[in-house]
Amino acid sequence: MSSRLDGELLEVSMGPQHPSTHGVFRMNVALEGEIVRKLKPVFGYLHRNHEKIGENATYLSSMPYTDRLDYFCSMTNNWAYALSVEKLVGIEVPERAEFLRIILAELTRLQNHASLLGFLLSDMGAWGTPLMYAFREREKILDLFESLSGSRMMCDYMRFGGCRVDADDDWLGRAKQIVDRFPKFLDEFEQLILQNEIVIARTQNVGKLSAELAISAGITGPMLRACGVNYDIRKVDGYGFYPRFKFRIPLGDHGDTYDRLMMRALEMRESIEILKQALAQIQPGPIVNPKVKIRAFRPPIGEAYGRIEGPKGELGFYLISDGGPNPYRYRVRPPSFINLTVLEDLCLGHTVADVMVILGSIDIVMGEVDR
Amino acid sequence: MIGIGILRGMAVTLRNFAGSYFEEDRLTTVQYPEERSPLPENYRNFPILIYDTEDAEAGLRCVACKICEKECPPQCIYIIKSEDKKPDYMGKPQFYPKVFDIDISVCMSCQICVEVCPFEAIKMDKDFELSKRERFDALLFRKEELSKSNEYYHRIHPVEAAAVDKNLADAAAAAEAKKKAAAAAAAAAKPPAPNPTTSSAPGPASAELRRGESTSAPGEAPPATTKS
Repeated sequence: MSSRLDGELLEVSMGPQHPSTHGVFRMNVALEGEIVRKLKPVFGYLHRNHEKIGENATYLSSMPYTDRLDYFCSMTNNWAYALSVEKLVGIEVPERAEFLRIILAELTRLQNHASLLGFLLSDMGAWGTPLMYAFREREKILDLFESLSGSRMMCDYMRFGGCRVDADDDWLGRAKQIVDRFPKFLDEFEQLILQNEIVIARTQNVGKLSAELAISAGITGPMLRACGVNYDIRKVDGYGFYPRFKFRIPLGDHGDTYDRLMMRALEMRESIEILKQALAQIQPGPIVNPKVKIRAFRPPIGEAYGRIEGPKGELGFYLISDGGPNPYRYRVRPPSFINLTVLEDLCLGHTVADVMVILGSIDIVMGEVDR
Repeated sequence: MIGIGILRGMAVTLRNFAGSYFEEDRLTTVQYPEERSPLPENYRNFPILIYDTEDAEAGLRCVACKICEKECPPQCIYIIKSEDKKPDYMGKPQFYPKVFDIDISVCMSCQICVEVCPFEAIKMDKDFELSKRERFDALLFRKEELSKSNEYYHRIHPVEAAAVDKNLADAAAAAEAKKKAAAAAAAAAKPPAPNPTTSSAPGPASAELRRGESTSAPGEAPPATTKS
């Protein structure tokens, strides 16, 4: 029965153009039969010097570059960057701008999680259909972004001390309509997948992450909460107007892929709650702090770290200013890069087919991993 | 029972399949080249330069201050300032761009040039059907291709253009009022008028005047008159 290959590992290079690797990501996998024994992630194919460009460009010029980090969630990237500059200079943000920021950040979370679920299912082999349903909903939100900021994905919407353009009543009405209809899509989507035996078999007890490992590896976002750790920067930091809103933080139990999947579905429900409150409470007013100069913007000497709860986890920008027009140091703390570091621990002992599902449930965007 | 979950999922796909024929929510496809969904007012693509009046050359609002060139994140704007001045649309002598190029293969449509421009001269176009057969020069837009009339701007961004026109008119009115006030103040201050020879003297004389001033004690009669 035993062949000469017994005990020998077969090295396979998965990617970088594999359709399920969400961009140009490669894994060097050592296999014993079909079981993964070693896994080495290889990335950097999409590296484009984001931080160095940020150090050579003015503060404002870095804002459109942050759109290109995690190109699914440009609004939250903008917010994190604007927040760290606002911390650095000490800029107040008008009330309406804070509301708009929360509305757009939660819409971003909705479309990110929706498309993540679609991608995850297509990684499992449900090609096309669930992804198409998710993208149909995402497209409605992107239409909102386009009519407000001028661009579907590269929004470049937030500014230091506010937002760039004001939302009119028509826009808010459309946003309300989309938010009201979103639960219908969620019901349908949950009916489609969450009790599906194949999905359950492919995800439960696959890629278990323990809370201790998650904390020591610096995992954040839905992936950390799926392990049962109650840590959400919206609650911890209370940035923006989040303390004013009533919402709950869904927590998982097992830290497996199914919990991570459920976490997204539950978070979307809570985002809808926040959106409903924000859209009901938003008042007219100025959207940008008039004291902030748009030309020749020079923050005082100092340093600041601004972070937000992005859809993928803690997104932070660390800036050191030497008083000049561009930052002395510009550092991004990307959630998907740090969440990716535990990939090997999650995949060991599982089959090759599970690697794709686990990778999909981490929710990475290579634009942010490689920067 | 195994299989119930799958059947429930199938019911969803069946509903979507049937709905995709008549439910407005699910009829989302637009047959693009024949049928177009309207672009939103705020849609932006690539920058254009706005000119007033009929003449694209004379009416160009841009004064080649180069702020957009400095602030452009991917550095896709290239400007050479003119040596001479020409009257702008308000009649004030201003520099103008001798060369104004935008490499739209580099431009990332961020709109920062529009925001930093103090003269409302650069705005965003909505034209997105820009595919070209050539690789290099065709995507480097020169001043002539970038210049678009104010009417065109009104056509693509009606609300924004109206606000810009109002701002410009207000600014012009304020400048006019200021000029009038200054003229009135000058007229009021006219009686102790300076010597006509000094006022009519050209550049070199005034340079002499300044030199003379430094040697003479303050409060004395104008030195130019003592010299002549």
